Order: sequence, then C-alpha cells, then structure tokens
Amino acid sequence: MAKARRTARAKTMGMARENGGHSITLTVNGQSYTRVTEPRVLLVDFLRDDLRLTGTHVGCDTSHCGACTVLLDGRAVKSCTVLAVQAEGRAVTTIEGLAQHGRLHPIQEAFKEHHGLQCGFCTPGVVLAALELLRADHAPTEERIRTAISGNICRCTGYQNIVDSVAAAGERMKSGKW
Amino acid sequence: MQAHSFEYVRPATVAQTVQILGEKGGRAKVLAGGQSLIPVLKLRLANPQVLVDISRLPGLAFIQERGGRLRIGALSRHRDFEESKLVRDKYPILADVAASLGDPQVRNLGTIGGALAHADPASDWGTALLVFETELIAKGPKGTRTIPIDGFFKDPFTTALRPSELLTEILLPKSEPGNGGAYLKLKRKTGDFATVGVAVQIGLDPKRNVTRIRLALAAAGPTPMRAVKAEQALVGKRAGPTAFAEAARIAAEEGKPEADLRGSTEYKRAMIEVFTRRALETAAGRTGR
Repeated sequence: MAKARRTARAKTMGMARENGGHSITLTVNGQSYTRVTEPRVLLVDFLRDDLRLTGTHVGCDTSHCGACTVLLDGRAVKSCTVLAVQAEGRAVTTIEGLAQHGRLHPIQEAFKEHHGLQCGFCTPGVVLAALELLRADHAPTEERIRTAISGNICRCTGYQNIVDSVAAAGERMKSGKW
Repeated sequence: MQAHSFEYVRPATVAQTVQILGEKGGRAKVLAGGQSLIPVLKLRLANPQVLVDISRLPGLAFIQERGGRLRIGALSRHRDFEESKLVRDKYPILADVAASLGDPQVRNLGTIGGALAHADPASDWGTALLVFETELIAKGPKGTRTIPIDGFFKDPFTTALRPSELLTEILLPKSEPGNGGAYLKLKRKTGDFATVGVAVQIGLDPKRNVTRIRLALAAAGPTPMRAVKAEQALVGKRAGPTAFAEAARIAAEEGKPEADLRGSTEYKRAMIEVFTRRALETAAGRTGR
C-alpha cells in the first residue's frame, strides 16, 4: 500500500510545480526541516515519505483508526487528516521523538511492562494520544483514559492492557518533565 | 486516496480572505480545521482550485459573553467548548455537542464555523444552534451580513453563505435563569455521525410551566430541522413525563429520517422519540426549576 501511495505521488510530482510546490519549514521531534511539498500532501505522508519517519502509521487513511496520531503543537491530531502545509512553522512530535538518549519514554516503558500491545501497529498513535492526556493529568480516571484513546482503534489487545499501561505511565511521569 | 491537485493560500486577514474568495468565486474552498473538508477532498467529492487556509486568522477564536449575548468566534475548536468554564456552567448544551463530536483528535482541530459551513444533514452544531435565536455573522466583499439560523441551512451541504462570504462569528442570546438546554446523540461508535440527534432549549416558570421551547433534530431530513409541532404541543404545559412523552411522539412524526446503514426509518423514528424524551428531561433538569 505504501509503495502504491509513493507511486501515485511520484506520478503527480510534475503538478507540484504547476501548483507552486510550497517550501515549508517545520519542527519535528525538536529538529527543524525545510522541504518543498505539494499542497495536497498529507502530514502523515510528508513524515513517512519525505522525512522517512515511518513510526507514524497509516491504518485506515480515513480519520477513523488513529494509527497516524501525532502531536501538533502539543495536541493529538490525526496526521492523515492534516495537510503538511498546515503544519508549517509548527512543532510535530512523532513516536520517534519520545525515547531520549536511548532511554524509552515512561509511556513506552509502561506499555512494555503492562503488555499494552501485541502486533504494535496501533501503538504509536495510542502512545501519542496518551501523551497529550498525561501531560495535562498524571492521575487520570479510567474514564478519562478511555475517552482520550477513544479515537484509536486496536484490534489485538481489547484495550484493558492499554488502559493499564496509560495509568501506570502517569505514575512514572509524576517526576521529571515529559 | 489522494486529493486532486489544488493551490494553497493562507491570507493574513479577514479582508484578504474575503478578497480572495470574491476573486475565485465558487472555485475556492475555505479550510479551517479541515476535519470535514480534508476527508471530502481525499474522496474527491470536492475539487476546489484553491484552498484558503483561515486557521491562523487572528481574533476569531473566542467564547465570551458581551453586550447581552454569547459571542463565539468561528474558529473556536470543539475542544475549546469542552474546556470552557463559561460553557460548562451556563451553556452545557454546547459542551454536550462538543463532547459528542468525532473523537479527541478531531475535536482538537475541528471548528464550530467549519462544521456549520459544511452543513451536514447530521450536523450536531447546526441542530443545537437551531434551538436558540442564533445569528451568524458573515463578511463578504460588500460588507457584513447577519443571517438568522432558521434560514441558514438550505440543503445537504448547502447554506445561505455566498461563495465570497466568510462566516466569522456566531451570536446566541445570553443564558437566562429558568432556562436549560441539552443535546443528545445516538451514535454507533466514537467518531460516527448521529443516527439521530436531538437538541432542546426549554424555559420554565417557577411553577414549571413551559414558557419557551425550541426542539431540533439532526439526521432527520436534508438539513438540521426544528420540530415545530412538538414545540407547539409543549408551550404552556406543565413540564413532566406526560407532556414530554406527547411532544416526543409528535417529534418522531415530524422527523423525516431516511433508511441507511445506521438504521431503518422506523428504527430512527423510534429513537427520535426516545432521545427527545430524554433530552427534554435533561434540559428541564438544567433549568434549576
């Protein structure tokens, strides 16, 4: 599917110039990137194809599944429903930006310990959605956790271990700045 | 799927936006939060020549009481309503709508103005705003125009806005004592459109007689619609199970839901009745009377 998407884009690159291919600068995981892109390119495709950050996944490509969730200026968004040009000048956080100096982020540690994933396809999106919640509230109620991840679909675990992982991650995030 | 190719502009002011919209006419589409428009572009249901990104226009994201009204900037995001203390304390119906919409990620980007201008027949915002004497402020090349909500929705995905006009502000009457509202939505899952949605704004006198009532339905016709006969049946009646059950029965008859993957016409009518009764109970409970 990813290959087909890239091929479709390669075919239309000529039109990028026709429509004035935009030069955009944005910050991803603390690093500034400047690239020329076509206005219709989605943020998720920009991250995956142009920046080669493939941790952000394309699941449904229709704004339902949440696998493509990233933080845009600290807020969880579905990057299949944002244009790359809309992120110009903004800060994006993807799953690649969480571990620091080879050390997993507390949410990643908690998912590992509490078996918050099986196949792992939905995990980057779930983790980013949880990160927005936990930055605002280290001790969310179960209801708040379930609401925060209600836009993310997992087809393996049945959610209970994800909820447990998020709750445990909140505990770990009480100390330090995450 | 990938959208057709388009140009992208990001004007700095409302005046610039209106000028561009005027020049491009129907070939331009306004991009606010993009949570309806981008899926539509990806499905190639709309193929604009130009996308006009208004999301960074200054001064269009606010929810505040001023001059005896609740004034809402068109770029206020659904999330802003969930987080607003003013909304939660005095206009809980608007918090109901915001919480019922999409999912957290969609609510972080989607705007009230975008949802209204998109005008889905199942529009949660459109339905809820019909139960107030809502006025919509539109700016165009010829100046500013006020559009009453009752004449705003023309057809599915079609409003009274002209192609050159930008919706900038939404005005509601200020919340008054003895009034309460609620929006109730039946949906199959998070992120789905309403199977049915019911909005109620009710005013009760100290004896709990209905002094004013507006009732509107989502996904029950080509546009969000008021259930006027159900309203008329309630005026002057004592608020309570008997009056609410009768109004709910009438609302179910007034609605014109179409059978689709969310249910048959019969099922939807039955659900309109149930949700109307519950919305009336919740709204009456919020009047404090």
